Amino acid sequence: MSKMIKVGMADGNICHSPDAITTLGLGSCVGVVLYDKNTKIAGLVHIMLPDSTKVRQNQNKAKFADTGIDMLVDRMARAGANTSMLTAKIAGGAQMFAFKTNNEMLRVGERNVEAVKQKLKELGIRILAEDTGLNYGRTVEFYPETGDFVIKAVGRSVRTI
Amino acid sequence: MQEQEKIEDMDLDVLTEIANIGAGNAVTALSQMISNKIDMHVPQVKMLTFSELSEILGGPEALVAGIMVSLDGDIEGYMLFMMENDAAHHLVNQLMGQPGQEKEEEGFSEIAQSALTEIGNIITGAYLNSISKMTALQITTSIPYLAIDMAGAILSVPAIEFGKLGDKALLIESRFCDMDIDLSGYFIMIPTMESYHAILSALGIG
Repeated sequence: MSKMIKVGMADGNICHSPDAITTLGLGSCVGVVLYDKNTKIAGLVHIMLPDSTKVRQNQNKAKFADTGIDMLVDRMARAGANTSMLTAKIAGGAQMFAFKTNNEMLRVGERNVEAVKQKLKELGIRILAEDTGLNYGRTVEFYPETGDFVIKAVGRSVRTI
Repeated sequence: MQEQEKIEDMDLDVLTEIANIGAGNAVTALSQMISNKIDMHVPQVKMLTFSELSEILGGPEALVAGIMVSLDGDIEGYMLFMMENDAAHHLVNQLMGQPGQEKEEEGFSEIAQSALTEIGNIITGAYLNSISKMTALQITTSIPYLAIDMAGAILSVPAIEFGKLGDKALLIESRFCDMDIDLSGYFIMIPTMESYHAILSALGIG
Protein backbone atom coordinates (compact mmCIF):
# COMPACT_ATOMS: atom_id res chain seq x y z
CA MET A 1 0.00 0.00 0.00
CA SER A 2 1.37 3.39 -0.92
CA LYS A 3 0.90 6.31 1.42
CA MET A 4 0.39 10.02 0.85
CA ILE A 5 2.71 11.92 3.18
CA LYS A 6 1.36 15.33 4.23
CA VAL A 7 3.61 18.32 4.73
CA GLY A 8 2.24 21.30 6.69
CA MET A 9 3.05 24.97 6.45
CA ALA A 10 6.70 25.69 7.39
CA ASP A 11 7.47 21.99 7.37
CA GLY A 12 9.32 19.50 5.19
CA ASN A 13 9.56 15.75 4.69
CA ILE A 14 10.87 13.09 2.33
CA CYS A 15 9.32 10.05 0.73
CA HIS A 16 10.29 6.90 -1.17
CA SER A 17 8.38 5.47 -4.09
CA PRO A 18 5.64 4.12 -4.12
CA ASP A 19 4.64 6.65 -1.47
CA ALA A 20 3.77 10.16 -2.58
CA ILE A 21 4.08 13.50 -0.85
CA THR A 22 1.69 16.47 -0.71
CA THR A 23 1.12 19.91 0.74
CA LEU A 24 -2.31 21.58 0.80
CA GLY A 25 -3.41 25.13 0.13
CA LEU A 26 -0.20 26.86 -0.90
CA GLY A 27 -0.84 30.58 -1.10
CA SER A 28 2.10 32.94 -1.06
CA CYS A 29 4.22 30.10 0.30
CA VAL A 30 6.24 27.96 -2.12
CA GLY A 31 6.29 24.18 -2.31
CA VAL A 32 9.71 22.93 -3.42
CA VAL A 33 10.12 19.33 -4.54
CA LEU A 34 13.58 17.80 -4.90
CA TYR A 35 13.88 14.48 -6.65
CA ASP A 36 16.48 11.84 -7.34
CA LYS A 37 15.01 9.77 -10.13
CA ASN A 38 17.43 6.85 -9.79
CA THR A 39 16.65 6.09 -6.16
CA LYS A 40 13.10 7.48 -6.52
CA ILE A 41 13.51 9.47 -3.34
CA ALA A 42 11.73 12.84 -3.19
CA GLY A 43 11.56 15.64 -0.66
CA LEU A 44 9.06 18.46 -0.25
CA VAL A 45 9.40 21.62 1.79
CA HIS A 46 6.63 24.24 2.30
CA ILE A 47 8.54 27.48 2.76
CA MET A 48 6.98 30.75 3.97
CA LEU A 49 9.75 33.33 3.77
CA PRO A 50 12.68 34.05 1.46
CA ASP A 51 15.61 34.60 3.78
CA SER A 52 16.50 33.23 7.22
CA THR A 53 19.24 35.81 7.76
CA LYS A 54 16.66 38.64 7.81
CA VAL A 55 14.71 37.18 10.70
CA ARG A 56 15.79 36.76 14.29
CA GLN A 57 13.53 33.81 15.08
CA ASN A 58 15.01 31.47 12.49
CA GLN A 59 15.27 28.12 14.31
CA ASN A 60 12.61 26.50 12.16
CA LYS A 61 14.68 25.73 9.07
CA ALA A 62 11.76 24.59 6.92
CA LYS A 63 10.22 28.05 7.12
CA PHE A 64 12.83 29.71 4.87
CA ALA A 65 13.88 29.21 1.26
CA ASP A 66 17.63 29.12 2.03
CA THR A 67 17.69 26.87 5.11
CA GLY A 68 14.65 24.84 4.03
CA ILE A 69 16.26 23.65 0.82
CA ASP A 70 19.56 22.91 2.60
CA MET A 71 17.69 20.86 5.17
CA LEU A 72 15.87 18.90 2.49
CA VAL A 73 19.08 18.10 0.58
CA ASP A 74 20.60 16.94 3.84
CA ARG A 75 17.73 14.65 4.73
CA MET A 76 17.62 13.19 1.25
CA ALA A 77 21.35 12.47 1.37
CA ARG A 78 20.90 10.64 4.66
CA ALA A 79 18.03 8.65 3.14
CA GLY A 80 20.34 7.47 0.36
CA ALA A 81 19.63 9.92 -2.47
CA ASN A 82 22.46 10.97 -4.73
CA THR A 83 22.48 14.73 -4.14
CA SER A 84 24.48 15.47 -7.27
CA MET A 85 21.58 14.06 -9.32
CA LEU A 86 18.79 16.15 -7.80
CA THR A 87 16.25 18.05 -9.89
CA ALA A 88 13.51 20.38 -8.68
CA LYS A 89 9.88 21.25 -9.35
CA ILE A 90 8.28 24.22 -7.66
CA ALA A 91 4.79 25.69 -7.20
CA GLY A 92 3.07 28.47 -5.26
CA GLY A 93 4.18 32.02 -4.57
CA ALA A 94 0.81 33.54 -5.43
CA GLN A 95 -0.41 36.97 -4.48
CA MET A 96 -3.68 36.10 -2.77
CA PHE A 97 -5.12 39.59 -2.38
CA ALA A 98 -5.02 42.20 -5.11
CA PHE A 99 -3.17 44.86 -3.13
CA LYS A 100 -2.16 47.82 -5.19
CA THR A 101 0.77 49.05 -3.17
CA ASN A 102 4.52 48.87 -3.29
CA ASN A 103 4.60 47.43 0.18
CA GLU A 104 7.24 44.74 -0.03
CA MET A 105 5.53 42.31 2.37
CA LEU A 106 2.61 42.06 -0.04
CA ARG A 107 4.90 40.84 -2.78
CA VAL A 108 6.18 38.07 -0.56
CA GLY A 109 5.00 35.34 -2.95
CA GLU A 110 7.13 36.72 -5.72
CA ARG A 111 10.11 37.14 -3.40
CA ASN A 112 9.74 33.57 -2.16
CA VAL A 113 9.90 32.26 -5.72
CA GLU A 114 12.99 34.38 -6.49
CA ALA A 115 14.73 33.19 -3.33
CA VAL A 116 13.98 29.54 -4.09
CA LYS A 117 15.38 29.88 -7.61
CA GLN A 118 18.48 31.64 -6.32
CA LYS A 119 19.13 28.92 -3.75
CA LEU A 120 18.62 26.10 -6.25
CA LYS A 121 21.00 27.83 -8.66
CA GLU A 122 23.64 28.07 -5.94
CA LEU A 123 23.33 24.35 -5.29
CA GLY A 124 23.37 23.54 -9.01
CA ILE A 125 19.91 21.96 -8.89
CA ARG A 126 18.02 22.31 -12.16
CA ILE A 127 14.33 23.31 -12.11
CA LEU A 128 12.45 21.00 -14.46
CA ALA A 129 9.04 22.62 -14.09
CA GLU A 130 7.26 25.35 -12.18
CA ASP A 131 3.75 26.70 -11.63
CA THR A 132 4.19 29.91 -9.69
CA GLY A 133 2.79 33.41 -9.20
CA LEU A 134 -0.69 34.63 -10.22
CA ASN A 135 -3.40 35.00 -7.61
CA TYR A 136 -4.75 31.63 -6.56
CA GLY A 137 -4.03 28.90 -4.06
CA ARG A 138 -2.62 25.51 -5.03
CA THR A 139 -2.52 22.00 -3.62
CA VAL A 140 0.40 19.93 -4.90
CA GLU A 141 1.20 16.21 -4.97
CA PHE A 142 4.45 14.62 -6.06
CA TYR A 143 4.78 10.99 -7.17
CA PRO A 144 8.40 9.76 -7.07
CA GLU A 145 7.44 6.68 -9.07
CA THR A 146 6.76 8.76 -12.21
CA GLY A 147 8.21 12.18 -11.30
CA ASP A 148 4.74 13.70 -11.80
CA PHE A 149 3.99 16.92 -9.96
CA VAL A 150 0.22 17.34 -9.81
CA ILE A 151 -1.24 20.78 -9.17
CA LYS A 152 -4.84 21.42 -8.14
CA ALA A 153 -6.50 24.81 -7.85
CA VAL A 154 -10.06 25.98 -7.27
CA GLY A 155 -12.04 26.27 -10.50
CA ARG A 156 -9.13 25.15 -12.69
CA SER A 157 -8.38 21.82 -14.27
CA VAL A 158 -5.72 19.64 -12.68
CA ARG A 159 -2.25 20.18 -14.14
CA THR A 160 0.60 17.72 -14.19
CA ILE A 161 4.03 19.20 -14.71
CA MET B 1 11.61 34.72 23.33
CA GLN B 2 9.65 31.53 23.92
CA GLU B 3 7.71 33.15 26.77
CA GLN B 4 6.25 35.63 24.32
CA GLU B 5 4.41 32.82 22.67
CA LYS B 6 2.44 31.87 25.73
CA ILE B 7 -0.70 33.59 26.91
CA GLU B 8 -1.42 34.02 30.59
CA ASP B 9 -4.83 32.84 31.73
CA MET B 10 -5.96 36.29 32.74
CA ASP B 11 -4.83 37.81 29.44
CA LEU B 12 -6.76 35.10 27.70
CA ASP B 13 -9.93 36.12 29.50
CA VAL B 14 -9.38 39.75 28.58
CA LEU B 15 -8.76 38.97 24.91
CA THR B 16 -11.83 36.73 24.85
CA GLU B 17 -13.93 39.55 26.27
CA ILE B 18 -12.56 42.01 23.72
CA ALA B 19 -13.37 39.58 20.93
CA ASN B 20 -16.84 39.16 22.40
CA ILE B 21 -17.51 42.88 22.27
CA GLY B 22 -15.96 43.33 18.84
CA ALA B 23 -17.78 40.39 17.34
CA GLY B 24 -20.99 41.42 19.09
CA ASN B 25 -20.92 44.74 17.28
CA ALA B 26 -20.00 43.12 13.99
CA VAL B 27 -22.83 40.61 14.28
CA THR B 28 -25.28 43.41 15.12
CA ALA B 29 -24.20 45.25 11.98
CA LEU B 30 -24.53 42.08 9.94
CA SER B 31 -27.94 41.15 11.28
CA GLN B 32 -29.26 44.67 10.55
CA MET B 33 -27.97 44.37 7.02
CA ILE B 34 -29.79 41.13 6.34
CA SER B 35 -32.73 41.76 8.74
CA ASN B 36 -32.27 38.45 10.42
CA LYS B 37 -31.21 37.32 13.88
CA ILE B 38 -27.70 35.92 14.11
CA ASP B 39 -26.31 33.86 16.97
CA MET B 40 -22.76 34.21 18.17
CA HIS B 41 -20.57 31.62 19.83
CA VAL B 42 -18.12 32.32 22.63
CA PRO B 43 -14.89 33.55 21.00
CA GLN B 44 -11.82 31.36 21.01
CA VAL B 45 -8.41 32.82 21.71
CA LYS B 46 -5.60 30.46 20.81
CA MET B 47 -1.90 30.41 20.14
CA LEU B 48 -1.47 28.21 17.08
CA THR B 49 1.37 26.82 15.02
CA PHE B 50 1.16 27.62 11.32
CA SER B 51 0.02 24.12 10.45
CA GLU B 52 -2.76 24.37 13.02
CA LEU B 53 -3.72 27.81 11.74
CA SER B 54 -4.30 26.53 8.21
CA GLU B 55 -6.63 23.83 9.60
CA ILE B 56 -9.11 26.17 11.29
CA LEU B 57 -11.75 26.51 8.57
CA GLY B 58 -12.46 22.94 7.55
CA GLY B 59 -8.89 22.24 6.45
CA PRO B 60 -6.42 24.01 4.16
CA GLU B 61 -8.30 23.01 1.01
CA ALA B 62 -11.77 24.14 2.07
CA LEU B 63 -13.22 26.70 -0.34
CA VAL B 64 -13.88 29.93 1.51
CA ALA B 65 -14.57 33.59 0.87
CA GLY B 66 -12.25 35.82 2.84
CA ILE B 67 -12.30 39.58 3.18
CA MET B 68 -9.15 40.97 4.72
CA VAL B 69 -8.11 44.37 5.97
CA SER B 70 -4.65 45.10 7.28
CA LEU B 71 -4.43 47.08 10.52
CA ASP B 72 -2.09 49.91 11.22
CA GLY B 73 -1.62 52.49 13.94
CA ASP B 74 -1.57 51.42 17.61
CA ILE B 75 -2.77 47.95 16.67
CA GLU B 76 -1.03 46.23 13.79
CA GLY B 77 -1.96 42.96 12.17
CA TYR B 78 -4.87 41.66 10.18
CA MET B 79 -8.57 41.26 10.49
CA LEU B 80 -10.34 38.70 8.35
CA PHE B 81 -13.97 37.90 7.85
CA MET B 82 -14.24 34.38 6.48
CA MET B 83 -17.14 32.27 5.39
CA GLU B 84 -17.46 28.93 3.73
CA ASN B 85 -18.33 29.31 0.05
CA ASP B 86 -21.97 28.21 0.44
CA ALA B 87 -22.54 30.58 3.33
CA ALA B 88 -21.13 33.48 1.29
CA HIS B 89 -23.66 32.69 -1.45
CA HIS B 90 -26.49 32.58 1.08
CA LEU B 91 -25.40 35.91 2.51
CA VAL B 92 -25.24 37.63 -0.87
CA ASN B 93 -28.63 36.22 -1.89
CA GLN B 94 -30.19 37.37 1.35
CA LEU B 95 -28.69 40.84 1.03
CA MET B 96 -29.68 41.34 -2.56
CA GLY B 97 -33.16 40.00 -1.81
CA GLN B 98 -33.04 37.57 -4.69
CA PRO B 99 -32.85 34.10 -3.25
CA GLY B 100 -31.29 31.58 -5.57
CA GLN B 101 -30.17 34.09 -8.12
CA GLU B 102 -26.50 33.62 -7.41
CA LYS B 103 -25.86 30.02 -8.34
CA GLU B 104 -23.21 28.27 -6.31
CA GLU B 105 -21.79 26.37 -9.27
CA GLU B 106 -21.21 29.56 -11.21
CA GLY B 107 -19.02 31.26 -8.64
CA PHE B 108 -19.68 34.88 -7.75
CA SER B 109 -20.77 37.59 -10.17
CA GLU B 110 -18.95 40.90 -10.09
CA ILE B 111 -21.82 42.53 -8.20
CA ALA B 112 -21.80 39.71 -5.67
CA GLN B 113 -18.06 40.13 -5.17
CA SER B 114 -18.33 43.84 -4.52
CA ALA B 115 -21.29 43.21 -2.20
CA LEU B 116 -19.19 40.72 -0.23
CA THR B 117 -16.28 43.13 -0.07
CA GLU B 118 -18.55 45.88 1.21
CA ILE B 119 -20.15 43.59 3.79
CA GLY B 120 -16.66 42.73 4.96
CA ASN B 121 -15.78 46.38 5.15
CA ILE B 122 -18.80 47.30 7.25
CA ILE B 123 -18.56 44.49 9.73
CA THR B 124 -14.80 44.52 10.23
CA GLY B 125 -15.26 48.26 10.76
CA ALA B 126 -17.91 47.61 13.42
CA TYR B 127 -15.62 45.09 15.12
CA LEU B 128 -12.58 47.33 15.13
CA ASN B 129 -14.46 50.50 16.11
CA SER B 130 -15.66 48.93 19.31
CA ILE B 131 -12.15 47.75 20.17
CA SER B 132 -10.74 51.16 19.37
CA LYS B 133 -13.29 52.86 21.64
CA MET B 134 -12.72 50.46 24.47
CA THR B 135 -8.93 50.67 24.44
CA ALA B 136 -8.58 54.27 23.20
CA LEU B 137 -6.10 52.88 20.68
CA GLN B 138 -6.02 54.22 17.14
CA ILE B 139 -6.61 51.63 14.46
CA THR B 140 -6.43 52.53 10.81
CA THR B 141 -7.41 49.96 8.23
CA SER B 142 -6.55 49.36 4.61
CA ILE B 143 -9.32 49.08 2.06
CA PRO B 144 -10.87 45.59 2.11
CA TYR B 145 -9.60 42.84 -0.17
CA LEU B 146 -11.59 39.81 -1.23
CA ALA B 147 -10.30 36.38 -2.12
CA ILE B 148 -12.34 33.27 -2.84
CA ASP B 149 -9.98 30.37 -2.58
CA MET B 150 -8.58 27.60 -0.39
CA ALA B 151 -8.56 28.49 3.31
CA GLY B 152 -4.89 27.54 3.68
CA ALA B 153 -3.88 29.79 0.81
CA ILE B 154 -5.77 32.78 2.21
CA LEU B 155 -4.47 32.21 5.72
CA SER B 156 -0.90 32.01 4.40
CA VAL B 157 -0.96 35.80 4.04
CA PRO B 158 -1.24 36.63 7.74
CA ALA B 159 0.78 33.52 8.63
CA ILE B 160 3.76 34.79 6.66
CA GLU B 161 3.71 38.05 8.61
CA PHE B 162 3.88 36.07 11.83
CA GLY B 163 6.58 33.89 10.40
CA LYS B 164 8.90 36.87 10.58
CA LEU B 165 8.37 37.13 14.33
CA GLY B 166 8.06 33.58 15.55
CA ASP B 167 6.61 30.17 14.95
CA LYS B 168 3.11 30.78 16.22
CA ALA B 169 0.21 33.10 15.61
CA LEU B 170 -2.33 34.50 18.05
CA LEU B 171 -5.80 33.78 16.77
CA ILE B 172 -8.91 35.52 18.07
CA GLU B 173 -11.79 33.72 16.47
CA SER B 174 -15.53 34.35 16.78
CA ARG B 175 -18.01 32.11 15.07
CA PHE B 176 -21.54 33.19 14.24
CA CYS B 177 -24.48 31.47 12.64
CA ASP B 178 -27.94 32.12 11.33
CA MET B 179 -30.01 28.94 11.07
CA ASP B 180 -32.73 30.47 8.85
CA ILE B 181 -30.50 31.12 5.89
CA ASP B 182 -27.74 28.68 6.76
CA LEU B 183 -25.13 31.34 7.28
CA SER B 184 -22.05 30.90 9.38
CA GLY B 185 -18.59 32.34 9.40
CA TYR B 186 -15.70 33.64 11.41
CA PHE B 187 -14.19 36.91 12.45
CA ILE B 188 -10.51 36.45 12.84
CA MET B 189 -8.24 39.05 14.32
CA ILE B 190 -4.54 38.42 14.21
CA PRO B 191 -2.67 41.18 16.02
CA THR B 192 1.10 41.27 16.09
CA MET B 193 2.70 40.35 19.41
CA GLU B 194 3.47 44.01 20.17
CA SER B 195 -0.13 44.95 19.48
CA TYR B 196 -1.34 42.20 21.75
CA HIS B 197 0.70 43.77 24.54
CA ALA B 198 -0.53 47.24 23.53
CA ILE B 199 -4.15 46.09 23.87
CA LEU B 200 -3.50 44.67 27.31
CA SER B 201 -1.63 47.67 28.61
CA ALA B 202 -4.27 50.06 27.22
CA LEU B 203 -6.71 48.23 29.47
CA GLY B 204 -4.35 48.58 32.42
CA ILE B 205 -3.19 44.97 32.40
CA GLY B 206 0.28 43.60 31.95
